[in-house]
Amino acid sequence: MSSILLFLGIMLMYSTPLALAAEGSVISERSGVVNIGIEGMMTIGAFVGAAVGYFSGSAWLGFLCAGLAGGLFGLLHAVASVSGKADQTVSGIAINLIAPGLALFLSRRLFAGATQTMPVTNKIPKLFGAGLPGVWNNLNVDVTTVIALVIAIVMWFIFYKTTWGLHIRAVGEHPGAADTLGINVYKTRYICVILSGVLAGLGGASVTLAIVTQFSPTAIAGQGFIAIAAVIFGKWTPHGGYLACLLFGAAQALTILLGGGNFAVPAEILSMLPYVITIIILILFVGRSAAPKASGIPYEKGARV
Amino acid sequence: MADNTEKYTEVPVSAEYAVQMRGITKIFGSFYALTDMNLDVRKGTIHSLLGENGAGKSTLMNVLYGLYTPEAGKIYLNGKEVEVKNPNVAIENGIGMVHQHFMLVENFTVTQNIILGNEPRKGGIVTDTRKARENVLKIVEKYGLEVDPDALISDISVGMQQRVEILKALYRGAEILILDEPTAVLTPQEIEELLSIMKSLIADGKTVIIITHKLKEIQESSDVCTIIRRGKYIGTVPVAGCSEDSLATMMVGHAVKLVVDKTPAKPGDVVFDIQNLTVKNEQGIDAVRNLSLQVRGGEIVGIAGIDGNGQKELMEAVNNLVKAENGTIRVLGEEIQNTSPRNGMDNGLVTIPEDRHKNGLVLSFTCDENAILEKYRTDEFSPGGRIDRKKTRDFMKKMVKDYDIRPEDCGSKKAGSLSGGNQQKIIIAREIANDPKVLIAVQPTRGLDVGAIENVHKMLIAERDKGVAVLLISYELDEVMNLSDRIAVIYDGQINCIFEQGEATQNQIGLLMGGGGENEQ
Amino acid sequence: MNSKWKTLLKKPIMLTVIAILLGFVVAIIIMGLAGYPAFSSIGTLIYGMLGSPKKILNVFIKSTPIIFTGVGVAFAIKTGLFNIGAEGQFIVGSIAATVVGVLVKLPAPIEIPLIILASMAAGALYGGLVGLLKAKFGINEVITGIMLNWIALYFSNWIVGKTAISTNKISQTGYTTILDNWKRTDGMGGLENSALGRAFLKTDVNIGFIFAVLAAVFISWLLFKTRKGFELRAVGSNKDAARFTGIDVNKNIIQAMLISGALCGLGAAFYITGQWPHSLSSLSNFEGYGLNGLSVAFIAMSSPIGCVFAGLLFGGLLYGGSTLQLMMGVPTEIINIIIGVIVFFCALTYILPKLIDKIGTRKKGEADHV
Repeated sequence: MSSILLFLGIMLMYSTPLALAAEGSVISERSGVVNIGIEGMMTIGAFVGAAVGYFSGSAWLGFLCAGLAGGLFGLLHAVASVSGKADQTVSGIAINLIAPGLALFLSRRLFAGATQTMPVTNKIPKLFGAGLPGVWNNLNVDVTTVIALVIAIVMWFIFYKTTWGLHIRAVGEHPGAADTLGINVYKTRYICVILSGVLAGLGGASVTLAIVTQFSPTAIAGQGFIAIAAVIFGKWTPHGGYLACLLFGAAQALTILLGGGNFAVPAEILSMLPYVITIIILILFVGRSAAPKASGIPYEKGARV
Repeated sequence: MADNTEKYTEVPVSAEYAVQMRGITKIFGSFYALTDMNLDVRKGTIHSLLGENGAGKSTLMNVLYGLYTPEAGKIYLNGKEVEVKNPNVAIENGIGMVHQHFMLVENFTVTQNIILGNEPRKGGIVTDTRKARENVLKIVEKYGLEVDPDALISDISVGMQQRVEILKALYRGAEILILDEPTAVLTPQEIEELLSIMKSLIADGKTVIIITHKLKEIQESSDVCTIIRRGKYIGTVPVAGCSEDSLATMMVGHAVKLVVDKTPAKPGDVVFDIQNLTVKNEQGIDAVRNLSLQVRGGEIVGIAGIDGNGQKELMEAVNNLVKAENGTIRVLGEEIQNTSPRNGMDNGLVTIPEDRHKNGLVLSFTCDENAILEKYRTDEFSPGGRIDRKKTRDFMKKMVKDYDIRPEDCGSKKAGSLSGGNQQKIIIAREIANDPKVLIAVQPTRGLDVGAIENVHKMLIAERDKGVAVLLISYELDEVMNLSDRIAVIYDGQINCIFEQGEATQNQIGLLMGGGGENEQ
Repeated sequence: MNSKWKTLLKKPIMLTVIAILLGFVVAIIIMGLAGYPAFSSIGTLIYGMLGSPKKILNVFIKSTPIIFTGVGVAFAIKTGLFNIGAEGQFIVGSIAATVVGVLVKLPAPIEIPLIILASMAAGALYGGLVGLLKAKFGINEVITGIMLNWIALYFSNWIVGKTAISTNKISQTGYTTILDNWKRTDGMGGLENSALGRAFLKTDVNIGFIFAVLAAVFISWLLFKTRKGFELRAVGSNKDAARFTGIDVNKNIIQAMLISGALCGLGAAFYITGQWPHSLSSLSNFEGYGLNGLSVAFIAMSSPIGCVFAGLLFGGLLYGGSTLQLMMGVPTEIINIIIGVIVFFCALTYILPKLIDKIGTRKKGEADHV
């Protein structure tokens, strides 16, 4: 029993940053903009969160600022992709170069040449502050985990129950239809892409302010891409993406629990798992492309669809 | 006849006119799409906007609807000046637009598409789906436009999709309806229905503007017609007194031959033989059902039919892009079904594709390279695997000379920079240079202006006279009837009737195209 | 600004130059804001690239792998494929090169070609996998490329953990560094006297660069002069038209990825054989040979020959960055930022010409009639 709870606890912990980033990816993709810069946005969020958290002593302030930092890079991506009609993949690659570079650059500047920040004194608080009795304490997750779940639910609600969601989906499937009915395609996409940056930034901070207590070059290392994989796995839906992140979090938990034990699966092989699974899923879903129709195509008024 | 624009006689701005546009100029980059264009549409009329492809009709209406902002000019609605900054302003002022290419979200329902942007809400942001459905049913009833509110757009017919588009406009209280090339995708019977819908809208006090290049439709539907050529105002005429010829002349700027010039056919033996062909469509349903058709050398057989009755799947099977479930396709006795596109070509079958930008040319390649898009793999043009540039250039030059392709030095220019008519010439010339036994032309004059259409028809007839078996598939009934020696009607995946040219009237063929009238032969 | 200037500015190569300049401008701003002496830092950077024969040689050496991967990516782009998987293909190539180099010990004329072949085969197969997934299942190559990159990284770490390979160096007979052994012996007195000679002694000068240039030339010839290249480019520019005129699109997609992967593998071969440490290392994140190849291909605008120059530029930046950190204390990450900004502005090639058009025009409708 205790190992199950331990497993659940670790799974929830590791899936949190993935889930936040994944929801960001969903909202961007659904509005029709491919965003592979999620990794970079998570990295800058991780750094800003840890740095602000250290210097100010407040984890929540760090968390907030991380979202802002991510949002700024989201804005950059939006400018390139929506107004600049740039190739969205290239813009994402550029962000994955600039953001981590900036994070490490600033880290060295602010922390006497080190590529990792000083540990924050105050982490994100746990959900059940004082702790739970005995083994149940494994379920004493960080508040960010709850935030991630809440955001997933909110996203689901927005997408399927509200008029905003209808607009976003229309913009992602057939921007011309939305445009001719008076919906501002550019504004909608800008908001969605900036939000995706904010969420990715928050996801990054949830690593450096809750799971570990500092930023380092390996803090994020691929989690942004796992989040993207989760979104594909989850068919570009808020709920699918969240569940896929739980799955990948579970894989991560397995890596930790089994790594030192008798079960002889090497840690590296387990690390590959999310990526291998995603490829298999993609093969199985041959012929049914669930991605938003207009994803990746810059919108031009009056262009024949 | 001089190609000059007529002087526009000033019409006073008044509330008698639903729409008045004055001095509209729209520039894209350095291209003048509209220059000083004027339009006056009386309330309660059906007003046509006539012009060739690329003349600027859609651009003008996009300005009216607020999708484009003009560089100069004013718009008056019901006598008042309005700045139509975006579609929201247009919608607020009672303008609704049905686009040529439908603006419908495929995986939304009919209801969702109709209410999009104008949703009934609960508590401010939640969509009130129940009320939405109610509202939709209300206007369906009011105007008698049959649709299924819960169906997904991807599942309904083209005719119903168009009705959804019209409902979208009516739902927002449109008093002025703009229809862009509305009949392109309809059967003759559906066109009749559309006509009566338009007339009932007029009776209801609304105004309808139709964008079209189809002369016959103008005659049948409209009260007034404004002609636009190269973005400039040419004239406005009452339709009642105008012949198709005079409309055509104004549209093009010179006298136009509306009938094709050709000598009677001298057909030989059967060259192209389709027997009992069955092909499935993307959804797995039989789209071509037990279809048989023969084309002899030296004749043009035209397949008349509405888009969606199996023509696409027939073409794909003939070109070996999809599987033929059953039956045979033979060229001079050789079976070519279920082999490969190249095999078909090796046996003498060439195709002029429907979509020249998608399937016919590589727009970013030069014209030289496009000319050898098939021949590049021959030893003649790439001895030892190395492309012979000089031979390619000479080949292109000959094409330019034989078919008057412009500009003359297009060889090194990208194909994307040529006009549609010249692009089509390159494709046809390229296919002809393969010395085909069978030439299949699918929608060969789509999107071309009248002069280019004449050229294409001439090329096809020349091939026929050489003894080639020509199969024409077109959604323009006029073209099929004018060009073909024999006309086959396709409906629901089968050929239901074959006529000699002149044997049947357009009405008879139209009925057969829609699946009816077999007993009336 | 009159039309002639504008036409000049809109030429593709000028847009690339603008992107590069903007990269430096942003770096200057960032360094300035962070409190470093911006302009002298740029000077130091340039000194770090060109300041001595040793430095210049190192630039050539550092550029070699990314020229290979750049050509590989450029080739793929021309055939319509976004080969982000170059990094993974490079990694499996280096795995193959190291495994063969460690396990097999034959004289150099056999050892080296063997390593190269193994590397190219591994890269080709890994790239071909991406092509196969796209051709057969329609899966986007960007996604599979990213996934396979990470799989390759972890696979490489796993291999390093196994004792037989570990961090062993490959057999010395596999080195492509020029006269490596001779350099370590005593009989080299004469060279000490010239700067170039000293540079030669202190760097991993290897024959890789020559082969990189040869590869670029070969690929360029393949793409633009041969039947196969014509076919590949047709598929890359318009799949549908290619299919319609009888070209086997799936076959070409797979062939293109095989070739692209092979190029990356080739780059890995010369990297392992030519440069210290001549072995695999355990990595926590990508070293970036493939990813930098992407950037190289972008600013070279997918021209294989252009990749040589772009590769030298980026190689220079990457190498110069270490001098920058050493002498001015500016973190080397500024280089990544510069490269990232350059790539970012290259992505804007669509809109830059339009912005240039707008310079000097005030009202709507006053556009120049070019």
